[in-house]
Amino acid sequence: MKIKAIALNTFKEAIRDRILYLLLFFAAVCIIFSRLLALLTVGDRIKIIKDVGLTSLSLFGALMAILMGTGLVFKEIDKKTIYTIVSKPIHRYQFLLGKFFGLVLTLFIMLLLMSFIFLALVFFHTFTIEWEMFVAILFIFFELCLITSVALLFSCFSTPILSSIFSLAFYLIGHTAWGLETLIKKIPPSFGKTMAQALYHFLPDLENFNFKTEIVQNLDIPSEAFLYSVLYGIFYTLFVLIIAIVIFRKRDFI
Amino acid sequence: MATVLKIENLHKSFKLGFLLKKKKILRGISLSVEQGEVFGYLGPNGAGKTTTIKCILGLIFPEEGNIEIFGHPHLSPKAKEKTGFLPENPYFYDHLTASEFLDYYSQLFLIKKEEKEKKIKSLLRLVDLERSADLQLRKFSRGMLQRIGMAQALLNDPSLVFLDEPLGGLDPLGRKEIRDIIVRLRDEGKTVFLSSHILQDIEMICNRVAIIVNGEIINQGALHDLISEKILFTEITLSGVGEKELEGMGEYFSGHGDRTLLKVFKEENVAKVLQLVQSSKGKVHSLIPRTETLEDLFVEIVKQG
Repeated sequence: MKIKAIALNTFKEAIRDRILYLLLFFAAVCIIFSRLLALLTVGDRIKIIKDVGLTSLSLFGALMAILMGTGLVFKEIDKKTIYTIVSKPIHRYQFLLGKFFGLVLTLFIMLLLMSFIFLALVFFHTFTIEWEMFVAILFIFFELCLITSVALLFSCFSTPILSSIFSLAFYLIGHTAWGLETLIKKIPPSFGKTMAQALYHFLPDLENFNFKTEIVQNLDIPSEAFLYSVLYGIFYTLFVLIIAIVIFRKRDFI
Repeated sequence: MATVLKIENLHKSFKLGFLLKKKKILRGISLSVEQGEVFGYLGPNGAGKTTTIKCILGLIFPEEGNIEIFGHPHLSPKAKEKTGFLPENPYFYDHLTASEFLDYYSQLFLIKKEEKEKKIKSLLRLVDLERSADLQLRKFSRGMLQRIGMAQALLNDPSLVFLDEPLGGLDPLGRKEIRDIIVRLRDEGKTVFLSSHILQDIEMICNRVAIIVNGEIINQGALHDLISEKILFTEITLSGVGEKELEGMGEYFSGHGDRTLLKVFKEENVAKVLQLVQSSKGKVHSLIPRTETLEDLFVEIVKQG
């Protein structure tokens, strides 16, 4: 109940942020721009629309999560609104979870709006509702939840600018860490290989949530892959949230 | 009377600057507050008043010391359920209206819906913001913010209320309104912990005070024990008597027009001055005996500190 109250207040506050609408506008422009790009391309035009559209959802969703998430806790401390909240009979973890769910709700609504534009564009080309698209969007949502938890973690001890840089780095590393796997295969057994393997397991692999290529190309995806991605998303998000709670519990609000 | 707040040997320091140099803010604070009293917590800026309140309410963690509220550890939900808090220069969610704001905070206390509506209405009436119930907090003046802050502090009908500089930055009317609410809380039997440096107000409404300087409590006790009731001097404003005639009676200051202000230190001289005025057919405009004030005591303590 207390978490719900904080989440709803966070949602009310977040949907008033102009950055959100600016990003929504650019996401819509990019999705519509995919139509123009498709006209200039030789080959299956609808695949270009789907590919650019889904990438736009992921990228702008991530930007929303980072830009909003990094300010979430910092703003409360900076403006001192947290004083009257923490002094009430509420645990600090409840406050943090309320903030997390509030932003996740905001991102869900934003993703819904972006998806509506994207799916409408696809529908005008194919005149069919492509249900596989919903699967790709669902996993984009899982990815956004994880990025939100990371942004929230940085927001607990750093300024919004630094937190945004750290979270953006997390996003970029998360989408390129698979390169390490190739590197590990190529280097001979050595200390370097062990280090690379350790790093590979420590770094996030956000490509686990990326089913765009398979869905756009109509490739078969084994159900274990979906299950693995769901579990990976849940456990990684929980892990990051627990670290955030541990840091936040010990923090002095000066 | 039962002790509602007990603080023992509270220590706190902060790491400041680039080199994270440790600065001691609280150096062994110990005090207790009894039920039903308005307890004044006085000190100059930077003395550690707000830090003490933040330690009590769990906003910061003391390095050493023990805090109990109603016999419970200060961070326990049981202790927090019985306390209310108005911070210094309060800032709230400015996108909410006054009633939305109180509704949000009442959910943190799990107040039931029917009770909630009644409570919000009565609190808005108490702080005289009924007509601004649907106004966003961003449009509130400083005084109005202070009053809505007071309302949120009273949402759970607390037995112990912490007010951090509630009178700071308010105009005389705003100060009176907040003072009246504090007096009302006292009359209702609630305990108020009031941190301030506006001494006249403290003197008017507090039963007991503690004076903190450089993180240490220098003096604490009942106001009437701390301040001597002995008359220090008498200020007499008079006219129609010459300067020479008043010589030796006290310190002489010329006032506006023909008025003269005389500071008489010896009590027997007061009667002599009055006789003099009568014989010279002059006029006494005012006669004020000055006892020691909290301000005198405060200034003396701070200077020593």
